[in-house]
Amino acid sequence: MWQSFVELTHQLIPWFNGSLADILIIVIKGLALIFPLIIMMAYMTYAERKVIGFMQLRIGPNRVGPFGLLQPFADVFKMLFKEIIFPSKSNIYLFLLAPILAFVPAVAVWAVVPLGEDFYIANIDVSLLYVMAIGSVGVYGIVLAGWASNSKYPLLGALRSTALLISYELVIGFVLVTVVMVASSVNLNTVVERQSGGILNWYWIPLFPMMIVFWIGALVETNRAPFDVVEGESEIVGGTHVEYSGMPFALFFMAEYFNMIFMAMLAVLMFFGGWHSPFEGIPFLEGLFAFVPDLIWLLVKMSFFLFLYFWIRASFPRFRYDQIMRLCWKVFLPLTIVWIFVVALMTQLGIGPWF
Amino acid sequence: MEFTSILFYVFSLFFVGSSFVMITSRNTAKAALWLILTFFSAASLWLLLEAEFLAITLILIYVGAVMVLFMFVIKMLDTEESTLRAQFTRYLPLGIFVSLVVIVQMALVLNAGPFDLESVGMPEQHGASYSNITAIAQQLYTIYVYPFELAAILLLIAIIAAITLVHRTQVNSKKQNITEQINVQAKDRMRFASINKKSKKESK
Repeated sequence: MWQSFVELTHQLIPWFNGSLADILIIVIKGLALIFPLIIMMAYMTYAERKVIGFMQLRIGPNRVGPFGLLQPFADVFKMLFKEIIFPSKSNIYLFLLAPILAFVPAVAVWAVVPLGEDFYIANIDVSLLYVMAIGSVGVYGIVLAGWASNSKYPLLGALRSTALLISYELVIGFVLVTVVMVASSVNLNTVVERQSGGILNWYWIPLFPMMIVFWIGALVETNRAPFDVVEGESEIVGGTHVEYSGMPFALFFMAEYFNMIFMAMLAVLMFFGGWHSPFEGIPFLEGLFAFVPDLIWLLVKMSFFLFLYFWIRASFPRFRYDQIMRLCWKVFLPLTIVWIFVVALMTQLGIGPWF
Repeated sequence: MEFTSILFYVFSLFFVGSSFVMITSRNTAKAALWLILTFFSAASLWLLLEAEFLAITLILIYVGAVMVLFMFVIKMLDTEESTLRAQFTRYLPLGIFVSLVVIVQMALVLNAGPFDLESVGMPEQHGASYSNITAIAQQLYTIYVYPFELAAILLLIAIIAAITLVHRTQVNSKKQNITEQINVQAKDRMRFASINKKSKKESK
């Protein structure tokens, strides 16, 4: 059906040898990915409040709709109808550019994510580098928001969180290097394909310490508790978001949740076999679960990591800023560098459980 | 006109336009943002040349790391326009001289010999199966491995030198020993005192 649709658009828009039709198809593919993502993000806020509520012996949202299920939409409409306030001496263009710069990269990284076997928007050769490059652009949202607001708490929050983000980008980069060495590819599709063959072939076993480091790095990169220094309500009010209201704030909020979903997705792709079923290669169970589509496996694994975000947030108190920095430069960085050497030696000499 | 040439002209327009605005912009933060747009357009042009690894590395390093540090510095600068523009004409003769030299050099290079437009010609189009990163890696790690490693060592030395130049031991700085703080046990900080009821009543 999809193929016939592609041919139809090529017939309808024949200009430039079908290049314009190709662009239209890419746009349609992108919208087909973004709308489910927005719904997912909306219900993540609901799930977060419910999960943390139950962990703290509360009920969570239960007023709007059955079990509070319409709460996310109520929040969205509240945000939409709020007044947008501009600080009087702020730079208005940069002030409005900041949330856009935070939101756009958070969506753009999804272009290369393989959601199943041969199920993606783009399969580019350097997709892992693309993910890192576009992901690092998201920092500008925070930098600009802090600078353009012309206010001290946003500036403080932006300063310390940019320093943190670029430090932990190094750590995550090094962790991804080990994965790339083991998979011998920077293409996300190939990395996932190399992990086929059941739960024991996923990279979380040979690269277990790297997985832990990656997940902590992911928590920092997405500004989640216990590393949420960009906001840090008890220290600097709302950090970079202090001066933002209405939809600009909602864009920041959405960007944070998109990044969270993406980091969970990256953890699954890198260490937990992507779309592969965990029962591959097990005689009886493999046949029993053969009917489950690979997208479902991916979403199930991702949901576990999303739950992990809430679990960690409900469990740990906030880190002090200098302690996070020390953890990055003095603990994780040496650890990852040593592991890069170890993995490089083992892949070169052919020892070790690389599959 | 082919579609790729339209893309080329669009990206080139963005490239030239944003670099021009970057130079003329008075606000340093805005100038830095225009420079980022310039980098993105350059990366898009490289993508048209099938150099996707170089394009993405450009974004990763220059946009993702270098320009963030620029923004970091700009945020802490005192960007008063009057002081910035006060001695603008002082370096004008030198600036004109340097730009003239650059223009002459570029004209000489582009108009003569192996870099002439006719002698270079269109780069070869490889198609969808071509992998830029594999091609670069094969060259870099086989034929040019020693220059590559030399460059890496030079960069490492530069990093160490930069850190040692900047990092001076401060005399009066207050430091927290985080290892000590983390290893603290409850019994180091808290003392359980047994208070018998008798003395409590007496104090009342």
